[in-house]
Amino acid sequence: MKKNRILTIGAGAAVLALGLAGCGGDSGSGGGTGTEGGDASEVEVFTWWAAGSEKAGLDALVSVFGEQHPDTEFVNGAVAGGAGSAAKDLLQSRLQQGDPPDTFQAHAGAEIQDYIDAAQVEDVSDLYDEFGLNDAFPADLVDRLTVDGAIYSVPANIHRANVVWGNTKVIEEAGVDPNATYETIDDWIADLEKIDASGATALSVGQAWTQVNLLETVLLAELGAEGYEGLWSGDTDWASADVTAALEDFETLIGFTNDDRDGLDWPDATQLVIDGDAAYNVMGDWAEAAFAEAGAEAPADYVYFPVPGTDGVFDFLADSFTLPVGAPHPGGAKAWLETVSSAEGQAAFNKAKGSIPARTDADTSDFGAYQQTAIESFGQDTIVSSLAHGAAVPVAVLNDITDATSKFTSGASDLAGFQDALVAANAK
Amino acid sequence: MSTTALITTEGAVPAPAPVGNGRAGRVTWRTIRYALAIIGVIVVLIPVYVLLITSFKAPGDASPTRAWALPENWTLDNWKGAWSALWPSMLRSFEIVIPSAIISSVLGSLNGFVLSRWSFRGANIVFACILFGMFIPYQAVMIPLSQLVTNMHIPNGVPSLILLHVVFGIPITTLIMRNYYVTVPHELVEAARVDGAGMLRTYWSVILPISIPSFVVVLIWQFTNAWNDFLFAVFFSSSANGPVTLALNNLANGSVLQDYGVSMAGALLASFPPLLVYIILGKYFVGGLMSGSVKG
Amino acid sequence: MKGIRRVGPPLLLLAPSIILMAVFVYGLIAANFATSITDNHTAAQATGQKPSVVVWFDNYVELLKTDDFQHSLWNLILFTVVFLAGAMIMGFIWAWILERPSKGEGIFRSIYLFPMAVSFVASGVVWRWLLNSNVDDKASGLNRLFQIVGLDWLQNPWWNHITFGIAAIAIPAIWQLSGYVMALFLAGFRGIPDELREAARMDGATEWQLYRHVLFPQLAPIALSALVIIGHMSLKSFDLIMSISTAANYQTKVPAIDMFLLKNSWDYANSAAVGTVLLVIVAVIIIPYLWWTNRKEDSR
Repeated sequence: MKKNRILTIGAGAAVLALGLAGCGGDSGSGGGTGTEGGDASEVEVFTWWAAGSEKAGLDALVSVFGEQHPDTEFVNGAVAGGAGSAAKDLLQSRLQQGDPPDTFQAHAGAEIQDYIDAAQVEDVSDLYDEFGLNDAFPADLVDRLTVDGAIYSVPANIHRANVVWGNTKVIEEAGVDPNATYETIDDWIADLEKIDASGATALSVGQAWTQVNLLETVLLAELGAEGYEGLWSGDTDWASADVTAALEDFETLIGFTNDDRDGLDWPDATQLVIDGDAAYNVMGDWAEAAFAEAGAEAPADYVYFPVPGTDGVFDFLADSFTLPVGAPHPGGAKAWLETVSSAEGQAAFNKAKGSIPARTDADTSDFGAYQQTAIESFGQDTIVSSLAHGAAVPVAVLNDITDATSKFTSGASDLAGFQDALVAANAK
Repeated sequence: MSTTALITTEGAVPAPAPVGNGRAGRVTWRTIRYALAIIGVIVVLIPVYVLLITSFKAPGDASPTRAWALPENWTLDNWKGAWSALWPSMLRSFEIVIPSAIISSVLGSLNGFVLSRWSFRGANIVFACILFGMFIPYQAVMIPLSQLVTNMHIPNGVPSLILLHVVFGIPITTLIMRNYYVTVPHELVEAARVDGAGMLRTYWSVILPISIPSFVVVLIWQFTNAWNDFLFAVFFSSSANGPVTLALNNLANGSVLQDYGVSMAGALLASFPPLLVYIILGKYFVGGLMSGSVKG
Repeated sequence: MKGIRRVGPPLLLLAPSIILMAVFVYGLIAANFATSITDNHTAAQATGQKPSVVVWFDNYVELLKTDDFQHSLWNLILFTVVFLAGAMIMGFIWAWILERPSKGEGIFRSIYLFPMAVSFVASGVVWRWLLNSNVDDKASGLNRLFQIVGLDWLQNPWWNHITFGIAAIAIPAIWQLSGYVMALFLAGFRGIPDELREAARMDGATEWQLYRHVLFPQLAPIALSALVIIGHMSLKSFDLIMSISTAANYQTKVPAIDMFLLKNSWDYANSAAVGTVLLVIVAVIIIPYLWWTNRKEDSR
């Protein structure tokens, strides 16, 4: 009878589905044989590098990994979306539930603090000894990564956040010299006003986090490297007049930007410059990949320089990998960390991704022009930690700062209110 | 309402001639209706138009500034790209949606039958308690929920999503089925009872056969809901074992450099199955609703 | 004996659902509430590395005092009102258009129902374009369309507006769910026996009187049903805002987004508190409704 058939089909479908699901891959929760150093049969690498130059970098890393550790299978756990927000969310869930991946990507620095507090990542300083990383990485970097004498992450690259990108033609048409150098932000603002007066968008920016990126470079320019670092260590008072001056500069700069900024992610904002719809864009040096993809050439089509007032300061962030507590395949994870920190691995990864190696001894002879200048700068500049990219403050503080920034730039709070909110955010 | 009304779909009875309005009045009303209908269609289809034409545009062409212009060169590349990116997860979506729709519909039907026919003290309270589950904001329970699912050792991906869609589908399916069964004439059930049938027997031989219209409603509703769910997918699965909404999100928002053409093709592609369901079964949807399923 | 025979089988059939609801709904609500009354604001506490103490309703008081959360609540109310009004009106108009049998009704109905099939993630892809806030020269999306058809004055910043921006997000929501309201009303219209209409016409009623005194009262329960279902959907809105506007934007903050961000910041207690606040708002509307329908049915 008909109803019999319906129920049978339904039950059959249910059984079939559950069966298929069971046969399908799960997220690496099978325990392997406990070999010395932990199971090295595979490694589930959790990142948000699912597309574009980031994926290209990951792919390059994977092929080096395949050469260095042919017996360990690489399992791609990439989750895309919003500079990692979807990935971070899922990661938090998985770590809470005690189902960690074998290794996950995180920004080196304060962003890892929460994981440390939650006892979710292992101390890898012995790996640093084993792989000789204390010598290969700059001492300053290792210092920044050390928390209470322990190190919890292995950086794969270094990015710079305080770079200005400009469209040569748009700048020239407004009567400004694209190759001009600026001592301070105020000098630059003068030229921005000229461009703004000519009718073009002087500065493009995107949604909240890109605005925080802009904010940090302004703070850096106004307060200098030491003052900027003091903001995070507590030595610099957020309520001080210097910060107010920086916020005023920020306000002026935002005044030059495109109205639809809150709907744009960083590629869209940078694309405005590439397409000639805006003159300048402040963005980290992953923007270089966007220009390369568009076939633009420097300095004919575009120019780049450190944010005025921050020349000689390298505002750094680093993508790094961790060793979670309770990783199902610790041997695999260690193998991955070894490749990530190796000279070949870093050379291949960074060439494709557009960043620079953390190691000082990687072969970078065939890197692009921008990257060569970045390597030089990294070697000699003062290094400071990026705010917007998790190096300077933990996630909770960054979220509060981002909220305050969005509130300010959307017009819901005035400068004083903005400064108060920043004071409160950092009082945590 | 007699059972014959249950199978009615489109209105088969012509409207009686209005008294006192005259032919002119009727024509005016009709014209107005048609005009509004056309406007409605245009308004609804504006986003679809943009989706469609962008999905056929080459990467340079597919940008917001050229949103309304027809493609310079029509290309199928976006569709190919979207298909290869999405088909594994579409398969998984089917694996999730079909079992959970069927199971939750059956459970809802059983619940609805019991709650409408067997009055015992507290039946209404039980119904209200089940119903309330449909209204809770899922975010309110997401954190303890993920703990619970882990503790139950249910693997992420298809299994846990099936479980969740079944559990959280029970309230709405119960509601729809119960309201439907309330309209079933007492004589039918009484006849079975007089014949000595117990509850299950009555359900099997009397209720189930006439439940088709409302089954269609709940199946359609559950299918669509589960297919389009994103919140549970994000928390309980990943791009490797999750449904098409997750994959689409990766496709649309994951790229460093946006490929709008592929995203839009993907959005359309991901919407095809529920769309087909609505096109083919749409009239049963209305018919099922009409037969008393969702009266207040 | 007879009592158990009466109650036994029904309860047995209901048992799976009752147990599932007890655990997955009420148990979790309790667990969530338990978290919300602690001071669990950091990663260390969330994972048990550091202890957390019960602070009762401190979190709630703090939360409700901050004007950011008040802004979120205001956005929620505004969104709900616009969404409900828009969906009910559009859905009703379409049902009214289609309730008389006419040629092509099936096509029209399919078209109006189509947006329901689309997920918020998918529709977010295109609505983000459409609701772009640029005007005049740089306009794209709907603003550009308005220019093309000569309705320049309709251009506006959509969701980029600090006070009313959230209303713009209601537009995609209305687009998607009016079809459902239409289906409900259509079923309602069809369910009204023609004899009633005949009788009214025989009595000399005009179209308007027919609607007002015969049809609308019959449709009232359906309207209420639709209101409740659409209303609670709006309270849960999350996917839509995330895909059009992103989480960080101040203009479109709603409590569901706040929950998400707080959880990201490892502030589980406040996240749970926001969840409970949402739940209370829902409960305040739904519980009277459920009680009222119960009463109505008992009196049948």
